[in-house]
Amino acid sequence: MKKIWLVIQREYLTRVRKRSFIVMTILGPVLMASAFVVPMYLATLADDEKKVIGVLDETGWFYDKFSDTEEFEFKYTAKSLNDAKQEMVENDEFALLYIPRRELTVPTSAILYSLKQPGVDMKGYIRNMMSKEVETQKLRINLDEMDLSQEDRERAMKLPELIKTSIQLSTMKIDDTGGEEETFTEVMMAVAFVAGMIIYMFIFIFGAQVLRGVMEEKTSRIIEVMVSSVKPFQLMMGKIVGIAMVGLTQFLLWTVLTFAIVSVFQVAFADQMPQTDVRMAVTQPGSELVADPAMDNTQITRVFEIIDSIQYEVIILSFLFFFLGGYLLYAALFAAIGSAVDSESDTQQFMLPVTLPLFLGFIVANVAVYNPDGPLALWFSMIPFTSPIVMMARIPFGVPIEQIWISAGLLILGFILTTWFAARIYRTGILMYGKKVSYKELWKWITYKS
Amino acid sequence: MALFVTENVSKHYAGHTALDKVSIEVPEGSIFGLLGPNGAGKTSLIRIINRIIGPDEGNLYFNGEALQSKHINNIGYLPEERGLYRKMRVGEHALYLARLKGLTKKEATGKLREWFEKFGIESWWYKKVEELSKGMQQKVQFIVTVLHEPELLIFDEPFSGFDPINVSILKEEILKLRDNGATIIFSTHNMESVEELCDHIALIDRSKKILDGKVTEIKKQYRSKTYRLAFDHFEGIISDHLDDGFSIIDEGEDDDMRYASIQLANGLESKDLLHRVAPHVNIHAYNEIIPTMNDIFISVVKENEGK
Repeated sequence: MKKIWLVIQREYLTRVRKRSFIVMTILGPVLMASAFVVPMYLATLADDEKKVIGVLDETGWFYDKFSDTEEFEFKYTAKSLNDAKQEMVENDEFALLYIPRRELTVPTSAILYSLKQPGVDMKGYIRNMMSKEVETQKLRINLDEMDLSQEDRERAMKLPELIKTSIQLSTMKIDDTGGEEETFTEVMMAVAFVAGMIIYMFIFIFGAQVLRGVMEEKTSRIIEVMVSSVKPFQLMMGKIVGIAMVGLTQFLLWTVLTFAIVSVFQVAFADQMPQTDVRMAVTQPGSELVADPAMDNTQITRVFEIIDSIQYEVIILSFLFFFLGGYLLYAALFAAIGSAVDSESDTQQFMLPVTLPLFLGFIVANVAVYNPDGPLALWFSMIPFTSPIVMMARIPFGVPIEQIWISAGLLILGFILTTWFAARIYRTGILMYGKKVSYKELWKWITYKS
Repeated sequence: MALFVTENVSKHYAGHTALDKVSIEVPEGSIFGLLGPNGAGKTSLIRIINRIIGPDEGNLYFNGEALQSKHINNIGYLPEERGLYRKMRVGEHALYLARLKGLTKKEATGKLREWFEKFGIESWWYKKVEELSKGMQQKVQFIVTVLHEPELLIFDEPFSGFDPINVSILKEEILKLRDNGATIIFSTHNMESVEELCDHIALIDRSKKILDGKVTEIKKQYRSKTYRLAFDHFEGIISDHLDDGFSIIDEGEDDDMRYASIQLANGLESKDLLHRVAPHVNIHAYNEIIPTMNDIFISVVKENEGK
């Protein structure tokens, strides 16, 4: 065990200290953060086109209360919701703001229908105008009940600043056929796709590192020195575990740095966005929509909020598990390939059976985000060779916990099996030089007694 | 007493036999030459001794005990094909290999510093392995092999890649190690160094051991009763003075002298030859031709091929 630990340490430290690791660790988050930050930035830029927004106000509170700006023009309508939507599509208006009547409470929620995804600035503006109006009205109602002098009343009218109300604004995308689709699903799809994609990428990147590491040891003949001190299995597992830790380190740093960069930019953009209140939203489950405190204002926080609302811990834990499980399963195979060949060019013939299931998993994951509970997604999320990617693409939509357990169990079984096979190929392969190896030969190695 | 013993060790691979019932005894405190042509099975035997691979049949004993994994830390192995991680720093790398052999970090650092100083290579400590020449890397590998002061050392072609100066430094170190009590298995094709260093040898050919024993005894055994004469020029031929029991293997001359190598038949002795020739020529030199390990190697392997 002590020797395995030494091997793990070496594999880990030599890689983490590499310049390429440090560069990637910094570059990765910058790229990922820019995927968040650029849309945020673009949203702050003024659009050339003036966007027309229809307003269907059932409460009557907001008639003529939305002032037009350079970017937005508001038109008021009194039709039924369906007609209004129809009208919006026909007149080529950008969006329809629907403020439904609420009995007994003040109106604090609205739905924004649009063909295209509305920008952060638009939502911010509408929410801002609505909350101001609601605050003013609430105050007026309350002041009317008191008998105040004109002077006091004027002073009191300045109170809205102190009694902030926040508005819940949901967005709905309408497709051309008139069907509705909540942006919510899209966010989940994105989360699912990104999770599957990251696992796919990580298995490939770090699996290839295992392959190259084993080949380096074999071609440089360091292996001859090593095996006189450690057992081949210890060396193989030490390398696999060491590189897994490199992968986890990289992932952890990426996550932390990405969050850091994004939040820095969020704060920076907060000043530029017109009267938009950018605060990290903390949704309180159980609280009624109407009374939601401190609602978020940006697309980003909305994304986080959705991740929060779907089983957050399950996603993180299963990501770590399926990343490790999938990596261990494939890394063993990559190690076996590396041990069997003499040069990079010889790897080709053995790579296909390893990369094919991995790629298949990626393809199925692409389909699975559209139909996460279909039979295709279900089966491929059970088979160990594809499950890490496909299961990760399903989990954000919510997967019955027993399915996750079965898939996890099969994955553990799978990697024990591939490690067993790989170890047998490895211990023979690393000491075999100058021989073009065939599949038949590999099978012979597997069946050798030690 | 034998430090290491193999008993009827066999190893088969699909299609061929690498070792066929090989038994050797490596005496404690000796330098034991493991010889044989390419592909004879030496590397397989060395790997079995190192427990890198297991034998199919046969027993192995280290210091009288059956060989087991705890003995690994008591063996130092310098393989013929040897490499280092190119991107690692020399000191760090040496430390890593030493710790894998069971030394603590502190012990290893102390001993490494000593050896680096001894070889005058302290300045290499923070260099990357890839910055060293091949010969320099070999030096580091040698140090790492002997660092943990194992009882048994195995050197496979240790001198390849070294210049003559470093070869002689290394030879000295190997002899010193033996004098300090280490037992050394030494595998090489360089017969000169075998003569120089080895006390015992075993010769393996086509997976079988075909010769073993003390070097001096083997040499005695392979004496062919051949003598070499150097004498003045004279009118006549030397064979005129010899009869059937003496055969001339080789004859020659230069400006000063003539030479002849003469093999004696059974029953004849050195003095018989001198009796015949001494009255006729002025002898300048006279000595027995003792076979070199090189000659023995070639003749034994050729003989084995004939079988």
